[in-house]
Amino acid sequence: MRAVATVFKRELAAYFTTPLAYVFIVIFLALAGAFAFFVGAFFERGQADLESFFVFHPWLYLFLVPAVAMRLWAEERRTGTIELLLTLPASTFEIVLGKFLAAWLFTGIALALTFPLWLTVNYLGEPDNGVILAAYLGSWAIAGAFIAIGACASALTKNQVIAFVLGAAICFLFLMSGVDLVLSAFRGWAPPWIVDLVASFSLITHFNELAKGVINAATAVYLATLVGVCLLVNTLIVDLEKAG
Amino acid sequence: MQEMVRLERLTKRFGAVQAVDDVSFSVARGEVLGFLGPNGAGKSTTMRMLTGYILPTSGTARVAGFDVVQSPREAKRRIGYLPEGAPAYGDMTPLAFLRFVGAMRGLAGADLERRLREAIARTSLEEAALRPIDTLSKGFRRRVGLAQAILHDPPVLVLDEPTDGLDPNQKHEVRKLIKEMSSGKAIIVSTHILEEVDAVCDRAVIIARGRIVADARPEELRRRSPAHNAVRLTIDRAREEEATAALRAINAVREVRPLERVNGTATLLVLPVDGADLGAAVAGLLHERGIRVEHLTVEPGRLDEVFRALTASRPS
Repeated sequence: MRAVATVFKRELAAYFTTPLAYVFIVIFLALAGAFAFFVGAFFERGQADLESFFVFHPWLYLFLVPAVAMRLWAEERRTGTIELLLTLPASTFEIVLGKFLAAWLFTGIALALTFPLWLTVNYLGEPDNGVILAAYLGSWAIAGAFIAIGACASALTKNQVIAFVLGAAICFLFLMSGVDLVLSAFRGWAPPWIVDLVASFSLITHFNELAKGVINAATAVYLATLVGVCLLVNTLIVDLEKAG
Repeated sequence: MQEMVRLERLTKRFGAVQAVDDVSFSVARGEVLGFLGPNGAGKSTTMRMLTGYILPTSGTARVAGFDVVQSPREAKRRIGYLPEGAPAYGDMTPLAFLRFVGAMRGLAGADLERRLREAIARTSLEEAALRPIDTLSKGFRRRVGLAQAILHDPPVLVLDEPTDGLDPNQKHEVRKLIKEMSSGKAIIVSTHILEEVDAVCDRAVIIARGRIVADARPEELRRRSPAHNAVRLTIDRAREEEATAALRAINAVREVRPLERVNGTATLLVLPVDGADLGAAVAGLLHERGIRVEHLTVEPGRLDEVFRALTASRPS
């Protein structure tokens, strides 16, 4: 646990020593606001809730979160610091976990900085703050799933651009597996249970529930499993490199 | 002497390439082992297996009795490692970086602060401690890597080319530091600089194409040089031919080689058979014939010749 906390602190600090953190936060806030007001018609809907804000989050995350995750391992490989890191007395999983938590908390900080919107909606009306809190948690959980996927992609290469593209592509597949475009590709030949299985992988289906403030057990288990599996795969990728 | 590091039949294959092939040696506490070889001979790969960065294909490596594959944490705890090129997080300052490494090694509080001060003082990093590592000179960066390796006062130090790219003064500093630390530790220093072996090492292991080709003390290695115990002498140019003929007549002389002719003098190199001691015989002979000798030195032998002979690629 000591190693997890140490890696976590270093990684989090590393975000803020480069312009990346500030660029990411500014762009995330600007886009999240722009989508909520202009595309989501925040005012025109005349409802005291934040659904028009949350509904765009998965799409924002699709290209912003892989950008946060891409440096986690690729940078270590490029500069050679991975050799130092992996010869310190810590297990690979502890390092994987520390890095994941740092990147996840970083997206959490960016998400928390959207609080003026929450103040606004409370000033304008009387929203259900329980629903808003649940939606915030749900949005953060989706970001966590994307971070875990992006970290795996980052472990595969020393090139951050490749890590970004690969991460975004895998996230896209997870996001889209619930839409008809993907499902119809399965419907023709696969038995219904496979179609249902593919649909149940869809982050968008789960997120639509979360955005309404509904947190059910299946969604929680699904997201926790997805993150857990990704962290294990990440550990495996790093360890396989060692076996050469 | 207490054995701290033992490699047994260590082997690493990358696909079809045999990077390290059946390497065995051990290092005792108080010993500085020079690990030599041409670039690409397998030095770094061996060190990476010893430090747990890559896994061996077969064979074992033990640090203070702990197998690096079975009990990696225990083994890693006892090693200070400077990887090739001294990688470090460029956005951190040396102080923050060392604090991170210390925390990863379980150091905390006053103990960590004391060790940070010690490591920074030993590597003379004071003036650079608060500047980002990216902005530091190569010499400082190398010292940051060294400070990181000695921070926890490990019984085993593994240094991969610690003086590579440093200027002569910095090299001298690093060698001095290694010598200072050598009494209580087992130290492995990889290098392709032969003078380094003379400067710091008690023993040299030479590796070529993944295999150990020599494991001996530097004096012993030097004895294998064809020039070991050769006599270099400078005499009057006019009597060069006479002297050459007379020297060739000595039984233990293999060859007399003219080296240079300057200002009416000639310098000859007299090579012995099997490193025999020629000094007295040569001096006596020339004295008998009344040939005045301006200089006479006995060559200790040259490590670079031995190194080349052992590692030059020959058809297999």
